[in-house]
Amino acid sequence: MSTDVNRRDPLATTVAFGSIETANAQAAVQATAQQQASKSMSSYIGTPTSRVDGRAKVTGQAKYAGELNVAGLVYGSAVGATVAKGRIVRINADDALKVPGVLDVLTHQNRPRMADNDQAYRDDAAPESGAPYRPLYDDRILFNGQPVALVLAEDWETARYAAMLVRVEYKAEDHVTDLHAARGSAFVVEKPEKPRGDAAKAFAAAAVRHEAEYFIPIEHHNPMELFASTVVWSDDGKLTVYDKTQGVQNVQRYLCGVFGLKSDDVTVMSPFMGGGFGSGLRPQYQVVLAVLGAMSLKRPVRLVLNRAQMYGVGYRPATIERLALGARANGELEAITHEAIAVTSQYEDFSRNDTGWSGILYKSPNARYTHKLARLDLPTSGDMRAPGAATGVYALEAAMDELAVALKLDPVELRLRCYSDRDQNEDLPFTSKSLRECYRQGAEAFGWSKRNPEPRSMRDGKELVGWGMATGVWEALQMPASARIVLTANGHTEVATAASDIGTGTYTIMAQVAADRMGVPIDNVTVRLGDSTLPACPIEGGSWIAASVSHAIIGAADEVRGELLRIAKTMPDTPFADALAGDVVLTNGKLARAGDVARSVPIADVMRHGKVEHIERIKDNTFADISKYARNTHSAVFVEVKIDEEIGIIRVTRAVSAVAAGRILNPKTAGNQVVGSVVGGIGMALHEETLIDHAFGRIMNANIAEYHVPVHADIHDIKVIFVDEPDSIINPLGMKGVGEIGIVGVAAAVANAIYHATGKRVRDLPITLDKLQRQL
Amino acid sequence: MSDVSRSAAMAAPATINVTLEVNGRSCTLTIAPWTTLLDALRDRLGLTGTKKGCDQGQCGACTVLVDGRRINSCLTLAVMKDGAKVTTIEGLETDGTLHPLQQAFIDHDAFQCGYCTPGQICSAAGLIAEGKAKTPDQIRELMSGNICRCGAYPNILAAIQQAMTAMGGKS
Amino acid sequence: MIKFQYDRAADVTDAVRQIAADPEARFIAGGTNLIDLMKYQVERPPRLIDISRLPLTSVEETPGGGLRIGALVPNTDLAYHPLVEQRYPILSSAIMSGASQQLRNMASTGGNLVQRTRCFYFYDVTMACNKRQPGSGCAAIKGINRINAILGTSESCIATHPSDMCVALAVLDAKVHVTGLSGSREIAVVDFHRLPGDTPQIDNNLRRDEIITAIELPAQGFAANHSYLKIRDRLSYAFALVSVAAALELESGRIKTGRLALGGVAHKPWRSVEAEAALRGQAAGPETFARAAEIVLRDAKGFGHNDFKIDLARRAIVRTLTQAANATPQSQADKRIR
Repeated sequence: MSTDVNRRDPLATTVAFGSIETANAQAAVQATAQQQASKSMSSYIGTPTSRVDGRAKVTGQAKYAGELNVAGLVYGSAVGATVAKGRIVRINADDALKVPGVLDVLTHQNRPRMADNDQAYRDDAAPESGAPYRPLYDDRILFNGQPVALVLAEDWETARYAAMLVRVEYKAEDHVTDLHAARGSAFVVEKPEKPRGDAAKAFAAAAVRHEAEYFIPIEHHNPMELFASTVVWSDDGKLTVYDKTQGVQNVQRYLCGVFGLKSDDVTVMSPFMGGGFGSGLRPQYQVVLAVLGAMSLKRPVRLVLNRAQMYGVGYRPATIERLALGARANGELEAITHEAIAVTSQYEDFSRNDTGWSGILYKSPNARYTHKLARLDLPTSGDMRAPGAATGVYALEAAMDELAVALKLDPVELRLRCYSDRDQNEDLPFTSKSLRECYRQGAEAFGWSKRNPEPRSMRDGKELVGWGMATGVWEALQMPASARIVLTANGHTEVATAASDIGTGTYTIMAQVAADRMGVPIDNVTVRLGDSTLPACPIEGGSWIAASVSHAIIGAADEVRGELLRIAKTMPDTPFADALAGDVVLTNGKLARAGDVARSVPIADVMRHGKVEHIERIKDNTFADISKYARNTHSAVFVEVKIDEEIGIIRVTRAVSAVAAGRILNPKTAGNQVVGSVVGGIGMALHEETLIDHAFGRIMNANIAEYHVPVHADIHDIKVIFVDEPDSIINPLGMKGVGEIGIVGVAAAVANAIYHATGKRVRDLPITLDKLQRQL
Repeated sequence: MSDVSRSAAMAAPATINVTLEVNGRSCTLTIAPWTTLLDALRDRLGLTGTKKGCDQGQCGACTVLVDGRRINSCLTLAVMKDGAKVTTIEGLETDGTLHPLQQAFIDHDAFQCGYCTPGQICSAAGLIAEGKAKTPDQIRELMSGNICRCGAYPNILAAIQQAMTAMGGKS
Repeated sequence: MIKFQYDRAADVTDAVRQIAADPEARFIAGGTNLIDLMKYQVERPPRLIDISRLPLTSVEETPGGGLRIGALVPNTDLAYHPLVEQRYPILSSAIMSGASQQLRNMASTGGNLVQRTRCFYFYDVTMACNKRQPGSGCAAIKGINRINAILGTSESCIATHPSDMCVALAVLDAKVHVTGLSGSREIAVVDFHRLPGDTPQIDNNLRRDEIITAIELPAQGFAANHSYLKIRDRLSYAFALVSVAAALELESGRIKTGRLALGGVAHKPWRSVEAEAALRGQAAGPETFARAAEIVLRDAKGFGHNDFKIDLARRAIVRTLTQAANATPQSQADKRIR
């Protein structure tokens, strides 16, 4: 399987824009058209560029983790526990082993050796506190559905059939899976956000108060691709692992630790990933089981989880959020108290920042944040699409809406009155914060000024119409990453790093940045990623990959350019005799004087002169110290709902998301990401909920027929606006990631719109018709 | 459990010869009756463009065209389709030229992770052939059997509309 | 999925012979429900008899002005059939509200009738379920029963029948034609499905040796005044929480004939003859409709999570009857409730 993405399709000449609007992008479209005409220079950064891996994906040629067909492949099928807590008493695999084609049944009793210390199982995304789950390690059952056996067979149907013949006896113990039942035993976790002033006292004294509890249920990522691993065993004991993961090097290090293997012995590949949303940040159990199978049989093994088993991995923790907001009559906040109680497992303490976001958004002299965890007999909760913010900001922004109602203030106006130009948690200025523009442009595009503030006042025929809004906020992180560029004398550029493209468009932005910096058409760029042997790259999460990788590529490109300059200086009649590194650029296949590109030498000539076939440079990204700044992306999201109150049908008919995220590398893919995040937010608001029968500690809708996610009919017009946000501080490109920001606030905007339509406030997500009906 | 033991006691599984015309090519497979069309395509014919997202008829990722109609290949036994014409995502390109839907999906960025994409495109090809969807609402409704967890629905709609225009109502 | 023997039926007689000879065998046609259940190990037939090639795919007019629909007509073909669209639009509408186009392309008319419940506890083989394993109990009654039945339940089962098509067939007074060892017979659709009682493992009155060959629609199609309203947790590709089929024959503003059936609320499509009697001769207006709804739901009983269905069904009945009376049937593509 090649991880190269060879771009065969030319840049779409008519750039498909969808509903993405930005002044920059409009200019960029024209720029693209000019480039198409002349190809005189490349300028891809900021340009709506079609995915370089698009052709592979629309033709079915993109190979995902469970799709490598190798000779002698063995198929696995995992058997899951049917109790939530206890011990395995006995496993009887006799019937399974009798089935023709079954090779073995692995359990904790007969598996190959695994590490016996927690550190070996602690991956890059593991919580700091706790003992990571060890798949197929011992007789302890930590959660319902936990794998207890792996059937290995010559074909997949036989493995699946034999798996149902494995009989397991358990000694069940009392379990608890209900957050509401366990909230009393929740314990406080330390968070960096410090209290300010005396929130309780200020709240008590405030002119206008709002206090309420909000709830977000367990949600599962449900990427379309099932978790899968194909492990190719070599006779020398080396393993090549094709894995569904958001971090090949994370999985590589993890497997080395778990199986005591040398780094050279394990290669992890993930050229394509069929959706992650955070579920692939940590190594999942199928990769461990598949490796166990391969080591045991010394044959290649594939294990694909079924959809029900996809509910035995991480999930967005159910969270109870309590907000207490106190304000002056003019809307200025006096006190914010935000408490969260979230789910984690019995064995690890997973938590994110739910409660601190108000400190970034809204001025308040008094604030207090508390984050608690309740340990339940479930797998460890995990990161899912804007972890912490999707939940915490839902509650905060629903509460702000309720405060606006209490104050008789327009919700946008309230937010402007509370607007904070500093991060109050750290007392720092922002590298950039164009949230005011998000409010302004979002409101204008939506038509917010026509809103009648009175609930139940707007109608369209039989339907009540509701307009709601909310603010979104996320972090603009950048992590250490390294990139390699190989320039070949024919002008071909290969750019590589061990990133993953989980659908976010990493292939494409890497190609864009490399093409620009190397001065070549994007067609001449090959991108390699999803291979643990490539230069170091962090897991693909937190919206940090684009900025992290882009700047590593820029560094590597600068080094290649420097080498070209060094050679070019030695050429006869060189125009660069006195040139410094910063005086030259690569453009149109030439090394040229910046500002006077006519003085140039073709790259091919330089390399021929230097007698080099290729120039290869690897570079770590570097960023100026910006620890004196807060770094965030922001958004304002506006939603229209139409509700048939009698029947309870809620339709989200329009949404506008105005995002400030610095310079947008690729408005086409970035816009798509934000649209997709809004869809995720609509699902969170109206549909998504993992249902556990707490008597059995078992998920009852572990499928995607009864775990509802939005289908096409649920989604209508979604408009994305990227507001101009110049940022000369955060990094040289002035960019921030957009992977998460799009979902934050959406659920609140929907909930607020439903309130505006009906006058009913449903604080428990999802807002299903029965909850709305209960309020009628 | 009696049915399980009866089955377990059964002799070596009987296999059946099945001939399918897959993407214009005749393929004869010797397969067990419990092999789904999806697994036959992916594991036996190496046509992994057709995706397994749920294996239960709940997501649409496995959509292929059988005798011109879109179906879920995960709930179809291959033996039952003996003699049928099957078109998968790999069969839509002609002589290196993308099908208008494939091109439109690229043009409109109608996907992110790409995993639902072959099913979306095959489903849309079936939709256009049916000729029933004229309005955006009708397209949305009749494409609702294809879940896109990345949430690219608005772009998928735009891509289908572009392809419909490009194809002039032809399938 | 267990390993099974696969056979094809040569014709209807052969199909009957084969199924009669093997009490554990199952017919397979579209497979959309059976294969699904086999993958979940809910169904474990050691033998499948493929009837998909039997010549039961025609839609023919009957001498009485009705329509005879072959049991193997795919759901999509039935919904799009010109005679169905013209004369029985409520049937088209109900079919198009269910599942997805891919599934409708596969699913057969006969198969739609015999599809099994979507109860969470039926689907999870680790749970007690009298329908799946008689005598094991019903975990749904005290469990997550939001999707379960409110009418005609028993202490042993609160499952619902998930079909949309059957709800329309119920108001159309359709008949099911079946053939068995002892010959052919007709079963009214309203008598085809059963209430759970203490034998919830038996979904319907089809005998072991019988095959469905056709559905027959009588002449009266209620094309002028009808509606099928399906209420669910998302706007498409989801099972009904409550659905209502309403069909009216009006005569100068008064109801000459009224038909009413509900889906998603009982072990069978829930037709209320009593409510229909209350409609007869009355003005087609809100009071009449409300009265009918009261009658339908008089004995409704919730189990906690699904209590909301009672009031929801009441309002949905009134609304659907109103849609039918106003000749503004619910569109399945335009999601605005009419």
